[in-house]
Amino acid sequence: RNFVTTPTSNDKVKVTFVSADDERIECMGHIGDTLLDVAIDNNIDLEGACGGTLACSTCHLYIDEASFEKLDAPEEEEEDMLDLAFDLRDTSRLGCQIRLSKALDGIECGVPNETADAR
Amino acid sequence: IRRCFSSQTTIDNYEVCIVGAGPAGFYTAHALLKSNDKIKVHFIEKLPVPYGLVRFGVAPDHPEVKNVIDQFAEIARSDRVTFSGNISLGQDVTLTDLRARYSAVVLSYGAEDDRQLQIPGEDYNGVYSARSFVGWYNGLPEHQHLEPNLNCSTAVVLGQGNVAVDIARILLSPIDLLAKTDITEQALQTISESSIERVLLVGRRGPIEAAFTIKEFREMTKLPGCNTIVNEQDMEFSEEELEYVNGRRPLKRLTELLRKTAADKTQVREGKHWELLFRESPTKVYDSVANPGVVAGVTLQHNELVGDVGARWAQPVVDNKWCDSESLNIECGAVFRSIGYKGVAATDESPFDDRKGVLRNKDGRVEGQEGVYCSGWIKTGPTGVIATTMGSAFETARAILHDLKSDLLKPVADIKPIDFGPQIVSWNDWEAIEKQEKQIGQSRGKPAEKVTSIKTMLEIAHNNTAP
Ligand SMILES: Cc1cc2nc3c(=O)[nH]c(=O)nc-3n(C[C@H](O)[C@H](O)[C@H](O)COP(=O)(O)OP(=O)(O)OC[C@H]3O[C@@H](n4cnc5c(N)ncnc54)[C@H](O)[C@@H]3O)c2cc1C
Ligand code: FES
Repeated sequence: RNFVTTPTSNDKVKVTFVSADDERIECMGHIGDTLLDVAIDNNIDLEGACGGTLACSTCHLYIDEASFEKLDAPEEEEEDMLDLAFDLRDTSRLGCQIRLSKALDGIECGVPNETADAR
Repeated sequence: IRRCFSSQTTIDNYEVCIVGAGPAGFYTAHALLKSNDKIKVHFIEKLPVPYGLVRFGVAPDHPEVKNVIDQFAEIARSDRVTFSGNISLGQDVTLTDLRARYSAVVLSYGAEDDRQLQIPGEDYNGVYSARSFVGWYNGLPEHQHLEPNLNCSTAVVLGQGNVAVDIARILLSPIDLLAKTDITEQALQTISESSIERVLLVGRRGPIEAAFTIKEFREMTKLPGCNTIVNEQDMEFSEEELEYVNGRRPLKRLTELLRKTAADKTQVREGKHWELLFRESPTKVYDSVANPGVVAGVTLQHNELVGDVGARWAQPVVDNKWCDSESLNIECGAVFRSIGYKGVAATDESPFDDRKGVLRNKDGRVEGQEGVYCSGWIKTGPTGVIATTMGSAFETARAILHDLKSDLLKPVADIKPIDFGPQIVSWNDWEAIEKQEKQIGQSRGKPAEKVTSIKTMLEIAHNNTAP
């Protein structure tokens, strides 16, 4: 979490958020930022209630399959929190735990409908 | 301390009154303010301080969970938001008054009571509701006189939800870990003198039905100096049970961890330890001849589970020969009843479901009351985490925004201020309280030392001269 980057135009990658009603919002995110950071910077309807400390699951996202494959496997703590997420799917991850890298250029993130009943 | 209701409103502004400044209230406000810039929000909160169970429920050793407060404070500081603490619906103001003055009223006053077991001895000295014990260590003014007796070796917690686990963890944590949290000084002192070594968490049904989540259980297995006991025979599942468990990822991961813990031979009933007891219902709390009216133990009755997995209920196992139920006496000096919170109606002006403890509503619209909505635990019942409450609050906000678009809500012209007198605590006053809490906390090496009396809170507010 202590990653520091100096943003320049070429250390950005494209990130697309897809809302629950299929609205697509394309934005650019700095390499080293988390998906939650990018969402907040771009006013996406995604909360980060615990400030990225793995204590809330409100930053839950569905990652497109190709990008999902490129990600490091989630830590146990993230898995534990995912268990509490709404409408968990095979490509679910917590946005505060995923840092952008060059390889993730073009990543697509579905935003769950958080009002769908959790459990 | 100053007057609250603002009067600078033009015709197509909407002013929404939110009753209760917990997560449900704040998330409803958040969604409303973000979606429509003609909406203003006025919070009314019973206590002089905000945040509901984030301040008075969430365990002191889970500060990460409380980070959500940063976002709530930002909402409260918006110039479209007014906060009036120390004003209670039902006591200081009626719903009828609020309905007459606002475009909409959102009831988000949480679940203010707790469920009872209805067993003999439940009122003995030494039986504490989870609500009061949690309120006590978190500084909730009404529970500061609890004086829990922790001078015993065994404590029994009746219930197996996350709150029950919170209680076990607070009782068994190394004191120097607790000392670094915002637990009250009084609670820290009492717990440091505690002789509790063994905490039993009792559930009526089996591990499949246990309500705690994996994160909370795993944390217990890693608690320094404390063993976790899960009995292996409790983890033997039938085909039907296995199929049920394997089809549900959270349950599957939890039972795997429970099984692993059960198999771990290093976890012994020695020193500080906690243990899960499944399929047991308390039938009575008993006292002793020497100390009548004081807890000496709990009687548990063994259950079998009946019905389909996923919807089973507990039924006493009966010994055929004697027609007697199998029972077990557990000697203990403290009993914590942690079988759930319960919503109660703040006024009799809204339709209320006493059995479920919720306002009768559809998607957050209170039945038969135009312009009245509900959100959070008083809408859904007292279950789920902050994220669940958030979802419920967003649903309510959507209903309000929809009704506003359909011209069902009246814009506010001139609001007549209600004169609550000098008792109001403004947001600015709260910040003065918070500032003092942080200052005193800092000098004691903890994030905050909470003010635990309403009187002191009001004094700080009264002396607050900041603009
Ligand atoms: C012990 C405990 C621990 C928990 N720990 C966690 C955790 O670690 N993580 C997590 O995600 N969730 C946790 N939760 C759940 C979380 O606290 C709830 O989901 C959430 O607080 C519910 O929000 P609410 O706004 O509906 O109710 P509350 O938080 O109870 O807020 C209600 C507010 O209304 C006010 N009020 C009451 N009556 C009136 C009245 N008549 N007039 C005006 N105001 C009134 C109250 O003072 C309070 O401020 C915990 C719950 C408990 C009980
Ligand atoms: S922001 Fe809380 S878990 Fe990601």
